[in-house]
Amino acid sequence: MGKFLVRRLVNYVVLIMLATTFAYLLAATTLSPRVNYEERSPRPTEEQVDQRLDELNLNDKTPLAERWVVWASGVAKGDFGKTVTGTPVNDEIERRVWVSLRLIIVGTVLGSVIGVAVGAYAAVKQYRLFDKASTAGAFFVLAVPAVVIALSLQVFATMFNQAVGAQVFVYNGEGTLGLEAGFWGTLWDRLKHMILPTLALALAQFAAFSRYQRNMMLDVLGSDFVRTARAKGLNRRDALLKHALRTALIPTVTYFTFTFGVMMAGTTFTEKIYNWNGMGSWVVDSIVTNDVHAVAAVSCFMAVCIMAASFLSDILYAWLDPRVRVS
Amino acid sequence: MSMSAEHAALEADPGHGGADEVRVSGRWVNVLRQMLATRRVIVGLACIVLLTAMAWIGPLFNPWEFGERDYSAFLQPPSPDHLWGTDDTGRDIFVNTMVGLQKSIVIGILVAVLSTFIAAVVGAFAGYFLGVTDRVLMWITDLALVLPSFLILAILYPALRDKGWVVFVILLAAFMWMVTSKMVRGMTISLKEREYVLAAHYMGVPAWRIIFRHIIPNMSSLLVVDATINVSAAIITETSLSYFGFGVQPPDVSLGSLIAAGSRSATTHPWLFVFCTGLLVVLVLAVNLIGDGLRDALDPQSKHRS
Repeated sequence: MGKFLVRRLVNYVVLIMLATTFAYLLAATTLSPRVNYEERSPRPTEEQVDQRLDELNLNDKTPLAERWVVWASGVAKGDFGKTVTGTPVNDEIERRVWVSLRLIIVGTVLGSVIGVAVGAYAAVKQYRLFDKASTAGAFFVLAVPAVVIALSLQVFATMFNQAVGAQVFVYNGEGTLGLEAGFWGTLWDRLKHMILPTLALALAQFAAFSRYQRNMMLDVLGSDFVRTARAKGLNRRDALLKHALRTALIPTVTYFTFTFGVMMAGTTFTEKIYNWNGMGSWVVDSIVTNDVHAVAAVSCFMAVCIMAASFLSDILYAWLDPRVRVS
Repeated sequence: MSMSAEHAALEADPGHGGADEVRVSGRWVNVLRQMLATRRVIVGLACIVLLTAMAWIGPLFNPWEFGERDYSAFLQPPSPDHLWGTDDTGRDIFVNTMVGLQKSIVIGILVAVLSTFIAAVVGAFAGYFLGVTDRVLMWITDLALVLPSFLILAILYPALRDKGWVVFVILLAAFMWMVTSKMVRGMTISLKEREYVLAAHYMGVPAWRIIFRHIIPNMSSLLVVDATINVSAAIITETSLSYFGFGVQPPDVSLGSLIAAGSRSATTHPWLFVFCTGLLVVLVLAVNLIGDGLRDALDPQSKHRS
């Protein structure tokens, strides 16, 4: 088992390295940081631009292989180079990861917990009104792309604000810039900024998890061990909660782990629409600003997250489900 | 899967089970009957047909051409003159949305068919030959899974934008086949031990023909369901990319680029936003309903869930 895991990990590391290199080469050949300097006034001379780009290791006049060697030797030491503005990419990652985490933790946990509860209850009440309503709701939300969810919430918030005549919902940025309101004031301000993007994330998660949990629960409800639990005299509630739900939660937990990893850099739309400067919005920002090193760093980060997520969810599954462990 | 369906067909048709003539209705006839008995599929199909008819026939009855500007009506709300209003350059929203809808439907279907085809071929070859072929193909699959597709598409497509939207279809499909191909590989490994495959093999049928004649057709139910689900996935990806300006480029329009244009003034001029968003949601919902119903009709295990 240990040897198998190590081999898989090595395989993952190689895949991540390749993916990052591919992203770097693609970005370095198609994006042109030189363009960023052309619109400045006064327009810098070509020598100045060359000098600046050389400092950043982004000069397209240097052969690609040479630039790649400099970049790769930096990455090998854990340094992802500099952004187009000259700040270290590593600092930027650190800052953005926290922004994204704040959003994702609350959003996914909220969405999945409510989704699991609703899905499990719907399975118990199969074909009743609650089941039909929740299924219809989940189907509807699943058909709405993340972009549209985020935008629609924004539109509703704006209309609500206009109707009330006060700024109840805020939907721009992580916090008010230059706000001085003490600790509690700042916290409140941050919370207010979090509500809508978190809701946008949680809604989509809710729909996915409630569908998933309902199916898992229905598979379990008809099984022998639940019948046995009832037959040995457990009341319905205990049999459902302790025997059925617990078993049906195993695949959901692994699904959650996987989703969380994928979300780490996959909240591009929500972050971008609500102007949060997290990892997700960096995907778009780095391309728009021709930031080659940032593109490579984001790709690496996403690859690591996806790999870690699938690895962890596999291990977790084997750990939680004895049937998998045996085979 | 196919055996159980035939078995079900036998059981469902006891009346014709004479002593020497057992009539089994064909698998697809059976599936079709089951599908049509599901209300979800009917609703979904009706929506799709309606939307398709609207997208292609609707503009014919509209007095305004695509790209035509009405200089007497900028940003006008819906009126008898312009059914769904006009945008800030006087273009008719109805025609714009219909053309965008056409593009979204076409892109969705093409991408789904293409990506499912790639998945079937890659997965079947990897599962049939195993060994080195399998290693190499699965390794490529893993690499494609790890690459952040949105980022790659967003960088690549603008570089190739003058090649037109067909390139966009190919690029989208190139990043959607991986998961299915892994499933196909798993099924192929078990299918290749079946007698009919072995018989074909011993009769000297070349491997590629076994794959295309015996293996892939026997997974058709999985592939059909997958293709249907991919249609909505492709439409959503296309919308998202186009929203950020990385997808369909002007003068072409798609639902995504229309939503992007309309979202900026959604509160002040709702008609720019509401119609394209609503159509998109209905389109994806309809496709999802069909996919879900199909999966239930084809997979006997999921019967009790619907």
